[in-house]
Amino acid sequence: MFQDFLQFSFSGLTSGAIYALIALGFCVVNNTMGIVNFVQVDFVSLGGMLMFSALFALGLPMVPGLLLAVAGVGLVAMIVERFGLRPARSDNHLVLIFLTVGLSIILRGIIKLVWGKNRMALPPLTPDEPINILGATVLPQALWILLLTVVAIALLMWFFYRTPLGLSMRAVASNTTAAAVVGIPAGRIRLTSYAIAGALGGLAGVLVTPITTLNYDVGVLLGLKGFAAAILGGFGSFPGAILGGVGLGLLESLSAGYLSSAYKDVVAFAVLLLVLFVRPKGLLGK
Amino acid sequence: MTGKQKILYFITLHRTGLWVTALSLLLLLFPLVEDNPYTLGITNLIAIYSIVVLGLNLFIGYAGQISLGHAAFFGLGAYGSAIATVNFSVNPWLAMVIVAVLVALVALLIGIPILRLSGHYLAMATLGMNFVFHTILLQWDEVTGGPSGFSGIPSLSIGEYEFWDEVSLHYLIWTFAMLALLFSLNLVRSGVGRGLAALAGDETAAAALGVNTRNAKVKVFVLSAIFASFAGSLFAHTYSFVSPDSFDIFAATDMVIMVVIGGMGSIWGSLFGAALITLLPEWMDLFETYKDFVHGGILVLVLMFLPQGLVTGLIDIGKTKLALRRQKDAEA
Repeated sequence: MFQDFLQFSFSGLTSGAIYALIALGFCVVNNTMGIVNFVQVDFVSLGGMLMFSALFALGLPMVPGLLLAVAGVGLVAMIVERFGLRPARSDNHLVLIFLTVGLSIILRGIIKLVWGKNRMALPPLTPDEPINILGATVLPQALWILLLTVVAIALLMWFFYRTPLGLSMRAVASNTTAAAVVGIPAGRIRLTSYAIAGALGGLAGVLVTPITTLNYDVGVLLGLKGFAAAILGGFGSFPGAILGGVGLGLLESLSAGYLSSAYKDVVAFAVLLLVLFVRPKGLLGK
Repeated sequence: MTGKQKILYFITLHRTGLWVTALSLLLLLFPLVEDNPYTLGITNLIAIYSIVVLGLNLFIGYAGQISLGHAAFFGLGAYGSAIATVNFSVNPWLAMVIVAVLVALVALLIGIPILRLSGHYLAMATLGMNFVFHTILLQWDEVTGGPSGFSGIPSLSIGEYEFWDEVSLHYLIWTFAMLALLFSLNLVRSGVGRGLAALAGDETAAAALGVNTRNAKVKVFVLSAIFASFAGSLFAHTYSFVSPDSFDIFAATDMVIMVVIGGMGSIWGSLFGAALITLLPEWMDLFETYKDFVHGGILVLVLMFLPQGLVTGLIDIGKTKLALRRQKDAEA
């Protein structure tokens, strides 16, 4: 009984950590540009794909491969912002959001063209030998996911509170006009926010694809869950994104375990809707 | 006024009516010129999507809200008609009306709480609603037929006359589409429509001017759901088969893309956006491998350079050119 609960909680925490990483990517872009960046969805798939190529085409070991894949997605994200969104002539948010939908279709097309439509298997970071924790069986990859998510969050905290660039990004998030008045360059901030969103999405992709499978559109559903997590926590709030991600992950795995695995997404979205009816700005939103 | 001026004045005054008459005539004669069933099948699909997009454009373009969940109402209409006519042997016309009333009730029940949300929260909530609906279609297979779909839906008929070939369906579906068009054109010029346009411009200002914003939003949401439900019923009877794929979140996103490409708040643009996005996959056969680039590329280019949408954007460019030329003539 308790073991079951522990098992479900572990799997919920693992997927929750992935949702949290993706949700943080959504929040970073929202805070600087005020839009939902749907390309985030493809950053996840791209992360897995780049990791696959780094391991098997370049023959790199795990750690350099992971760093290369994450940096690569960050770079692609910067290209998307510079040449895909910067030239837009509108500041209507709906237009910009659908611009990201268009860019996401194009990026998914490129991924499909380069890596094909086949399902691929990415090896886990360390060999798969299940570990027994208080009677629950946990894969080492799940522990890596939790560990690296915590590391990524710590790095983000350090970046946003200790570096000049991070501080100016927070200034833009809190008041765009005032930030422009004191001379913070808007373009560089937007570019950085995309790079961070790309790196977070890429990291999520690298970490989760050994557990799911690697496929050109694996990011779509994961990305939507990440968006849902960001909304659940309050869009734009970093603690909210983490809380929303972990909450959504736990909700999903517990309802899959105790209710029905076919309707686990229904339960997750239904709870999301109920939370929004009570708190229209999410759990920690302002 | 001279005779020429009088005619010009008449045309300007009645331009909307004349455009509608011209389009109706064109549609009336179209099957005489083009009798290829495949082409007519595509134009029929355009008409079905036009009905959904007209309603959705009232909600997005006039009420200034967002819905990524209208494929759910479209699907409710389609599956509602399918289940009522096949499982309960209800008359298809009656079923269409009953289903539309039920969908309106569902939209009202969902709309009252969901429309308290705004912006990204509303987008997520409607997307979640569509996701839940699609999952239920897939999983509840005793009723919906699950992933393999629901087949054997009867055609619509009047007396002995059955609407089953493309030409008769053309007249039937486009009649519905033109009624929806006329309704939308008249609605946006009424007091209610002006209130909605104010709501899209600035919600606070509209409220200050005496528009009951919450009420107005819910009403338009319900209206657009009814449009989508009718379109869904027609879809079910046209193809006599429905499957969950036509009502997933990508279908819902495509509907909003139709609105945005055609131009938010442009009624004529709705027809154009529906036509362009429906036709794109047909042209895609020419360049199969690069279809994602073309699909995404067209969306990106239109939104980047004509953010008001194709129809409004091109008209604006024309007007600007004309005004510049007049100014030049006046200076000369």
